[in-house]
This record gives sequence, structure tokens and C-alpha cells, in this order.
Amino acid sequence: MFGGNLLVNFGSVVAVILFGIGFSNLLLQKNLIKKILGLNIMDTAVYLFLAEKGYIDGRVAPIVVDGVQDVTAYINPVPSGLVLTGIVVSVSVTAIMLSLTIRLYRRYHTLDLDEISTRLKKEGL
Amino acid sequence: MKNNRFARWFYGEDDTLIDKVEMKPQKERTPPERQVRRLMQEHERLHEHIYEDDNRKLWLFDKIYRIASVLFCLTFISILLVTVSWLPPSGSANNPGSNEVSARYIEKGLQETGAVNIVTGMILDYRAFDTFGESNVLYVATCAVLILLRLDHDEKRKPGDLTRSEAESNDRIYEPKNDMILQKVAGFLVPLIMIFGIYVILNGHLSPGGGFSGGAIIGAGLILYLNAFGFAKTERFFTEKTYKWVCFFALTFYCLAKSYSFFTGANHLESGIPLGTPGAILSSGLILPLNICVGLVVACTMYAFYALFRKGGF
Amino acid sequence: MAFVQNFPFFSIILSMFAGIVSSVLPAKAAKWLNTFVISAVGVMSLVLLRFLSATGRPFVYWMGHFPAPWGNEIRAGLLEAGMAVVFCVIMLLSMLGGRKKLLQEVEYSKHNLYYILTDLLLSSLLAMIYTNDLFTAYVFVEINTIAACGLIMIRQNGRTIEAAVRYMIMSLLGSGLFLIGLCMIYTLTGHLLMSNIQDAVAQLFADGAYTVPLLTTIGLMSAGLAIKSALFPFHSWLPDAYGYSTVSSAAMLSSLVSKGYIFLLIKIIYRVIGFEIFTQSKIINIFFVFGLMGMIFGSLSAMRENDIRRMISFSSVAQIGYIYMGFGLGTTLGMVASVYHIISHAATKSLLFISAIGLTDVSHGSRKFHDLTGAAYRNKIAGIGFTVGSLSMVGMPMFSGFVSKLLFSQAAVGHTIKMLPTLIVLGISTILNAIYFLKTVIRIYVPDHRQGGESIPLGAEKVYALTIICFIAFNVALGMLSQPIESWILAGLSMFG
Repeated sequence: MFGGNLLVNFGSVVAVILFGIGFSNLLLQKNLIKKILGLNIMDTAVYLFLAEKGYIDGRVAPIVVDGVQDVTAYINPVPSGLVLTGIVVSVSVTAIMLSLTIRLYRRYHTLDLDEISTRLKKEGL
Repeated sequence: MKNNRFARWFYGEDDTLIDKVEMKPQKERTPPERQVRRLMQEHERLHEHIYEDDNRKLWLFDKIYRIASVLFCLTFISILLVTVSWLPPSGSANNPGSNEVSARYIEKGLQETGAVNIVTGMILDYRAFDTFGESNVLYVATCAVLILLRLDHDEKRKPGDLTRSEAESNDRIYEPKNDMILQKVAGFLVPLIMIFGIYVILNGHLSPGGGFSGGAIIGAGLILYLNAFGFAKTERFFTEKTYKWVCFFALTFYCLAKSYSFFTGANHLESGIPLGTPGAILSSGLILPLNICVGLVVACTMYAFYALFRKGGF
Repeated sequence: MAFVQNFPFFSIILSMFAGIVSSVLPAKAAKWLNTFVISAVGVMSLVLLRFLSATGRPFVYWMGHFPAPWGNEIRAGLLEAGMAVVFCVIMLLSMLGGRKKLLQEVEYSKHNLYYILTDLLLSSLLAMIYTNDLFTAYVFVEINTIAACGLIMIRQNGRTIEAAVRYMIMSLLGSGLFLIGLCMIYTLTGHLLMSNIQDAVAQLFADGAYTVPLLTTIGLMSAGLAIKSALFPFHSWLPDAYGYSTVSSAAMLSSLVSKGYIFLLIKIIYRVIGFEIFTQSKIINIFFVFGLMGMIFGSLSAMRENDIRRMISFSSVAQIGYIYMGFGLGTTLGMVASVYHIISHAATKSLLFISAIGLTDVSHGSRKFHDLTGAAYRNKIAGIGFTVGSLSMVGMPMFSGFVSKLLFSQAAVGHTIKMLPTLIVLGISTILNAIYFLKTVIRIYVPDHRQGGESIPLGAEKVYALTIICFIAFNVALGMLSQPIESWILAGLSMFG
């Protein structure tokens, strides 16, 4: 069932474990702030995964030094670019989630999403 | 020796900060008692309703929920682990990722984009459409936060919401005003942070960094300045209007410049933008102006997020 | 290169630029700009559709000075251009139909933000339709999610904010799965461009290397998009989000946003994974089962509802189930049926939302069935619109819903194992649909002896009436012209290959 690269890919192993933890937190925690933490863990795990997959042993970051433009000198630049884009997306999404949380907290004085739902039903809005 | 102010302060005879820094905690705003009581009652009723109605069943549900969550998490992780165990080995030079795509970025990136930093060249020239989308993500997020948190002066009061003036009076209950230590340190640090941010933006095509990281640094500098000196000082040069127009001009320039480049590229026309000498500050065509635009947008957005979170406006 | 071939790029950039410019415009100008942009994009897509059906060949368009695997590119075929037309028509009508309600429900100072979000929503939908690059798709999926969240919560009561939180959480789970799937497929193939990934995937499957990770990767990406488009067990956010937001948002969310993700999924099935590989994988069976469950449970929840808007929302869950059931059949006919149903459901659901708001407005704003008695007499045009929508949902001949049900059963016949369950569930779901929709229609046509709300004479709200009439015409056109539309979908799907 398991392939042979589990130990070689230990970086990815850490990344997917973190991804799983973040995913489960986002899905299953009741507290909104913990959900947001889960979201951030999940996103960061993806960046770790990408960075780890883009790295090639013994090579350096893709910034041309001394005019060396040999493929064997630098790591793969594509995952780095994807991480940069991903970070911006994650920042934006976190900001929105936090502001939604602020609004709900101001009104209902709780961070428990189920409690908020119960209250809303009671208000009958 | 004892005449020295520092020594007097050191031996505890004199405190130079007395009467200069607010040290008393300010009075906390207490909501009227009736409101508190009503909230408490409601809360208790709710608790009865949710948690004590069927206590045992709920307890059981809670336990099952927890166990099921852990099981779910473990299953999910093991599926991913199985996947990872089959992925190509990390760190090897023969992975599928090292193909003609990354090879061209490395071998010809410098000549084709003019950027020494290959990653910058990639995200702002080869794959610029993604990056344009990315700055729009930031823009649309700001719009969403504005919808949620902006409090207008003339807003009608809705139950449970703050008004602008209340938010302003709430703003600094818990912090001392005009803290001298903070102000001195900020006066020293803020210029350095700003210069560093500008450096990171302007060298985005030459060294690690670029619009987003530099913009975030400048944004942090602005936030520090705001914390040390208060809204009254920052509003002299940064209001909602400034934010709106800076973002508008930066994004419009970005949009027009990139549209021009996409249009000429797709129709196989020369764009006529000089690439300059690689390694010089003024080089690599559109990348430098685009980095500046992104930096401006990001710096303003970071500051805007902070101001909106704190008191619902600039 | 013909000038028309620039139109996909123009549509995306124009709507995006409109969003940026709207930030400094007053609300009124932003409104007109928004209307203009949607119509302009619709017209451009129509011209593009004509061009493509004349040439019969899809084309790719470089986004920049570099060819495909290095630079970004977009790609336009018949199906993409047609979808863009449909989306523009529905968006324009939804915006027009909900304009009066928007004025009542949203503070005036936030109107231009609303139009910014709509512009950006349009541009992200177009980019998701046209893109030929997976990572671009991810970025625009995120824009779409955030804009949709903004559209839900712009009407600010506690209900919508809670709905927006639930919507965001589910969407972010979906995006997370999609993103990790994307990263894995990048490590396996070394490409982000759809065409190159497809070649690499076919090669890998032929070699037998990496079968396990490829299957889980396909599963992760499909699951991500399925969660985002509210497939049955992940629909908990949907009734609140559609039921309490302002009506234009509800119409656009149900008919455009979720359909955008489904269209992206179709694109991934055809252009990234390859249709054969996808049908051979076990994932289609999962889609099939969840689709069937969604069809039944969505309808059952809708029957229990005592709130007309929530009832319509739950019916969306059932209709999304139909679409995934069509994917699950794993045949080209099933795909055609699903694509047709995407269009037909989008047209019908927005009509239902827009006309339901007309009915509740003349019943003291109440959405309970009891208060809606006789509402169709008080607002005749809304009553007619709601009736047409309901009949189309139930599957009355002449309307679009009938054709999609017909296509689904045609696709199911001839399938050895899946025929019987499909037909049985289709039958049950149709009966359930008929029960709750016709119950509502009868309710609104029962004369009310009590003092109802104020009634609105026929010519009073001209824009609203015009919107409903356009919607009805669109629906009937879809129902009557099913033959050309079917052949257009088939041609479009074959252009994907």
C-alpha cells in the first residue's frame, strides 16, 4: 500500500500531517478563532509542501549570481512563485474571516458558531 | 554621584517619567446595568436551552463528536501519507518538476525579462496574469472588509452594532496615550523600517523581495507609527481618501500596463518596452513599476485592515 | 489572428478594470458602469460564439509575450463562449430584478462596493471559464469565493453574517483540497498548463507509474470543487446563504457561482485528467451516489420548509445533485445532460428567486406560506414568473426543466448498472419537486379573504416586470430550442478533447 519514498519525502510527510491537522481544525472546531488558526496551518502546510518539492539537493535560490545561468546551479523557480501568490491569497482570506468574527462577536458575545446559530433561531430573524 | 539623574532614578529616589506618561489605567466603559443583566439572563437561558435540556444525550454527542473528529483527522492524514509515499523523491534533480519549463526560466529568464531574480521575472512577466489576479484578490478582500467593518458617521444605529463615535471612544481605553518609550523607539525605528521597505520594493528584480514583501514592511511601519502617535497624527497624511486614490492609481496603472503587454504579446507585436542592463536598478522593463504599484497597494491595504479592525475607519 | 480572438481577454480585463474604477465612482455611476460592462461582455461573447461556430476550431490566446508552457494562456471554444453568454444574460437580469430590493436592504454608502464585487465576480467567472492554466484557475476561484462572500453579507443582519461565515469555512476547505491537489499534480507532472498535464497524465497512466497518487490527486481536486459547489453532504451553508441575502445576490450565487465551479470541474475532467481516465476511476461512482442522495434529501428538506426562499434554496441542493448524477453516469450523454442542466437550472433558479421576492413584498414582507395566500393576485407578474419557474422545475414540457430531465433519462437508459437507480430516483425526485412547488403555486393562487398586503398593479414596476418577462422568454427558448443547444454542447465538449 505504501510506496517506497515515505522516508525520503519526510518534508512532505510533515507538510501533509500539518495539512490534515489544519483541515480538521477548520472543519471540526467550534470556536471561530481556532477555525481560523486551522485555516492558517493548512495554508502554511501547502507552502511547506511546495517549497520542499521545489528544492533540489545542493542547489541555490534562483537569483542569478555572477552570470551563471546553468540549470544545474539553481532550484526549480516555479514552486517559489506559487508560494508567493498563495501567501497573498491566504492573507486576504484570513482578514475576511477575522472581520466576520469581529462582527459576530460584537453582536453575540461568543465565538461558538453553534451557539450563535441557536441564538439566531431564537431571534427568529 | 547622587546628583546624577540617572543614578537617582537607578536608586529609586526619583522617577523621571512621573507626570510625563500616563500611568493610571483609564476607566473602563461599563455598559448600563440593565443591559448587562439582560445579556446575562439571555445567556443563561440559552445555556439551559442548549446544554441542560438533555444533558446526558448532549454529553454523549460531545464525546462521539470528539472521537469522530480525531478518527476523521487520522484517516485523512493517512490517505495523504499514502499519496506522499508514492510521490517522486524530494531533492532529486530528475523530478518531473525539473523540465523544460523551469529550464527556460533559468537559462533565458535574464535575457527575456531582464530580472536577475528569476522568481520575480517569472511571476511578473512569464506568469503575470496569475499575479494580476492575486492583487485583485487583495483588492476584493479589502472591499469585503470595508463592507463588514466600515462604520459611517451618519449611520443609523442597528441593534448590537457600534456607531462610529462609540468605536472611537472605545478605541484606546486599555492603552496609555502618548507613551514616551514607544514614541522614542518608534521615532527611531519607523524611518528605518520605511527605508528598508522601499529598498525591498525597488530591488525586487535584483534580490529576494518585491512588491508584496516590501509593501508588508511599509505597512508594518505605518501601523507602528499609528500605535505610537495615534490617529490624529496619521490622519494628517493618510485618510480613507488617500487610501482610495493610491489604490485606484496603482491598480489602474497595473491593469493598463499589463493589458498593453498582454495585448501586444498575444497579437505578436513588439511591446517597445526597453529591458535595460540586467543588474541595474532601472532595468527589466515593466517589473520595477509593477513592483512599486503592488507595494503601494499592499502597504495601504495592511494599514487599512489594521485601522478598520481597530475602530472601523481611518 | 482575427480581432475577435481578443474578446475573451477583453471581457476579463474589462470587467476587472470596471471593478477597479468603481472604487472611486459614486454609486449611481458604478451601477451604470456595471450594467454596461455586463452587457458589453455578453455582446462580445455572442460575437465570439458566432465566430467560433463559423471556424469550428478552438483557439488559444497568449497572456503575454511567451508561448504556453512558460507564459499564461487562455483558451476559447464553443462551450466556453456560450457559457459566457448565458452567465452574462442571467447576471444582467438578476441585477435588474433585484435593484429595488437592493436599495431597501443595503445602506446606500455601500452600494458602490456591491457593484465592485459584482464586476469582480463576473471577471473571475469569465477567467474560470476561459483559463487554460490550473493555477490561474485557483487564483480566480479565490476571487470568486471572496466576492460571493461579500455578496452574501452586504445585507447585514445576524443571519447573513453567520451564513457568510459558514459559506467561507466550507469554501476554504474546498480551496484547500483543490490547492493541495494542484500541488501534487504539479509534482507528478511538472506542469501547470492543462494541455500539458493531460498529456503527462495519459503517459503516466499508460506506464502504470504513480497510479495511486494520481487517483488521490484527482479525488482531492474533485472533492474540493464539489464541496465548493455544495454537493449534498456539504450543503449546510447553502439555505441560509441563499435564503437571507439580498435577492440579486441569492440569484447570482445559486445560478452563477456554484455553476462556475461545476464548469471548472467539467473543464478539469476533460482537459486535465482526460475523460476516459476519469470515467474509469472510482470517483464517478462517489459522485453518482452523492448526486442521487442529494436529489432525494434536498427535496425532502425543501418539503419541510415553511419559508419560501429557504424552500427554493433547498431545491438547489437537489438540482446540484442532478448535475453530479450526470457526471456519475460517466458517458458523454450524461455530460451533455449535466451541462444542459447547468444552464437550465441557472435560468430557472434565478427566475424563482426574483419572482419570490415580488410575492413576499406584497405579503407584508413575510416569507411564510400562510401569509403568501393569494399573493399571485396582488402581484400578477411575479405570480406568473413563479408559476413558470415551478413548472420548469417540475419538468413541464415546453420549459427547460423538461428537456434536462429527458436528457438525464436518455443518458441513463443503456447504462447497465446505473440505469435503474437513476430512473427510480429521477421519478421520486420529480414527484417530490411537484409536491412542494405545486403546493406553493396553489397556495399563491388561493384567493385570500383576510386583509392581505397592498397589491401592485400590472404596470407599476416596469423594470421588474420586464426582467420577469425576459426570464420567462429565456426559459421557454431553452425548452424549445433544445435540439440546437444539445448539438452545441456536444460540439463544445468535443472541442475540449
